[in-house]
Amino acid sequence: MSKCLKALALSFAALLVLTTEHGFSAPRQDGKKAAPPAAKKTGIGREATAKEIEGWNISVRPDGRGLPVGKGTVKQGEPLYVERCASCHGEFGESAGRWPILSGGNGTLKGHDPVRSVGSYWPYASTLIDYIRRAMPFGAAQSLTNNELYAITAYVLYLNDVIRDERFELNERNFMSIRLPNQPNFIDDDRESTEKEFWRKTPCMTNCVPDEAKITGRAQIIDVTPETGKSPKVE
Amino acid sequence: MAGTDRHKDKPAASRRTVLRAALAAGGAAALGRSALADAGNPANQPPNVPDWTRNLGDGVAVRAYGKPSKHEAHVIRRDVEWLTASRESSVSFTPLHELDGVITPNGLGFERHHSGIAEIDPADYRLIIHGLVDKPLIFTLDDLKRFPRVNRIHFCECAANSGMEWRGAQLNGCQYTHGMVHCVMYTGVTLKTLLDEAGLKPKAKWLLLEGGDAAAMTRSLPLQKALDDALIAYRMNGEMLYPEHGYPARVVLPGWEANMWVKWLRRIEVGDQPWHHREETSKYTDLLENGIARRFTFVMDAKSVITNPSPQAPLRHKSGFTILSGIAWSGRGKISRVDVSLDGGRNWRPARIDGPAWDKALTRFYYEFDWDGRELLLQSRAIDETGYVQPTKNELRKLRGVNSVYHNNGVQTWHVHKNGEVENVEVS
Ligand code: HEC
Repeated sequence: MSKCLKALALSFAALLVLTTEHGFSAPRQDGKKAAPPAAKKTGIGREATAKEIEGWNISVRPDGRGLPVGKGTVKQGEPLYVERCASCHGEFGESAGRWPILSGGNGTLKGHDPVRSVGSYWPYASTLIDYIRRAMPFGAAQSLTNNELYAITAYVLYLNDVIRDERFELNERNFMSIRLPNQPNFIDDDRESTEKEFWRKTPCMTNCVPDEAKITGRAQIIDVTPETGKSPKVE
Repeated sequence: MAGTDRHKDKPAASRRTVLRAALAAGGAAALGRSALADAGNPANQPPNVPDWTRNLGDGVAVRAYGKPSKHEAHVIRRDVEWLTASRESSVSFTPLHELDGVITPNGLGFERHHSGIAEIDPADYRLIIHGLVDKPLIFTLDDLKRFPRVNRIHFCECAANSGMEWRGAQLNGCQYTHGMVHCVMYTGVTLKTLLDEAGLKPKAKWLLLEGGDAAAMTRSLPLQKALDDALIAYRMNGEMLYPEHGYPARVVLPGWEANMWVKWLRRIEVGDQPWHHREETSKYTDLLENGIARRFTFVMDAKSVITNPSPQAPLRHKSGFTILSGIAWSGRGKISRVDVSLDGGRNWRPARIDGPAWDKALTRFYYEFDWDGRELLLQSRAIDETGYVQPTKNELRKLRGVNSVYHNNGVQTWHVHKNGEVENVEVS
């Protein structure tokens, strides 16, 4: 054994002793679950201050937890929306081009071409104010004041016929009175019961389908695959 | 640069590259190319001695960070421009048909960004854990690296992978139909380790994971998964994460939809209920035919695809010994078997799995056969260790309709023409 290898082997042995001593053996990929890392505190990191948390904690929940303090009416929201949102989402939330739609589509969810908008699909209004606050306008995230945020949110809800009075002022106290119509139509993942048939003891191996396979659809007919020229350039 | 005088073969070589690139991208350009591409330049072939055998090449460290041969320049992520309005909120696809084995190179794993790539200075990276914990904590990147490390190889698949195919065959190439999946080795700290450090309050049930990008991407995660096998990773395939994959730290949730694997992770809030944020209500919910939508469909069902041949990688021989190659994976565990069919699902035979068949990781399969030169309707179906058998697309549609967008794991059919060209089709 070369000197180098010997040193390596030695340090390996030392490592083995160390890992068992400290109990730092995590579950392994081969499925055998060894003991998880010790629950003992390491003291790594430091306590986060209330101010640090406040600066980053922008999440809002359906029960109203996290709503910022602020207020704004539909009327105040309209010019703000037109200025900062309409170029992409359309004047009435109908979408300008291929940007996401924000309104419409009521009654389409069972149809062939469902439109999933705030009014037709979203279960909670809290999602809207949370999302606008964290991500919109696209390219200028977290640039709205809390009052602008409430005004624009109220306006988007107005475009969706959820708020009907232009003079309505949305604020952190009355926010919880807003209900979206599609909320009851969500269920938790039930695949393991409703799709039980996909767990098959003996998958068929021969003559599984009567008659020869017939081609029922072709990608080339639709022809939407990108061509070489349109792909990203490589230097 | 060394060897500027050695490109006598340039015309032929560049022609070949162009043809290969065309083939890789479109698949439709397959015809008539094969003879030319295979021929190359006789001046470089025996009995002649090519320039690269006579002249010195680049020295060490000229290529300080190596990259693939210039002849492989067509092996890249590609996007579908008509899909989205902007590249900052879009997706690019892994070139599955150009890869083998089970590990995806770091530069080729598909991307999905909601507001572009956040370029984070590691010195300014911070991760805050707060909410229902004994002590809210803030970590630097160096802090994260001081915790006990684990290494895990897992596939990462977007729930919208194959989402364009619900209504029928659309895109011609497995890069586009199945390329929102990749598989790398992650190094990081278990999320449980970090939560133990902060100390969970008894009411803790859900976590909110939040990214530091301009979408401040959020997802709610059940605590059970967080304590089971979730990681906060900072390395992929040994290197630090690439920016497009969440540098310097991201979430890894083995077997669960990629949207939850929040990149550029900046905050973990511990709570007692889910947040119902945009990515788990407006998006990543699965609309069924009756207008009801499933939510929190986290697990990726077992799936497989034949990567070669496929529309971007046609068969270049007319008949004879032929290798089918593909990948299979399951969010519920290990792949136990993969079957292939040459006749559109009438008859099946087990494929040969080669290489590791790890828990919730890509698994490589092959099927070797003697091709008689006739048309083929190729399919593969994955079976995982829970006994789940990958369904056909029609079986899926029967249960879910065609409006789900997400979680399309139906069996893929490739039609191999007599000339070796391959097309994405659907069969009865
Ligand atoms: C430059 C174009 C642009 C502008 C301006 C813009 N948005 Fe957006 N918006 C987007 C894009 C792109 C997305 C989708 C982002 C993604 O991929 O996650 C989006 C998503 C949304 C969504 C979620 C849609 C859904 O169905 O999930 C809402 C709500 C929204 N924007 C509201 C607003 C509001 C309010 C404003 C103005 C304050 C605004 N947007 C300004 C481009 C824009």
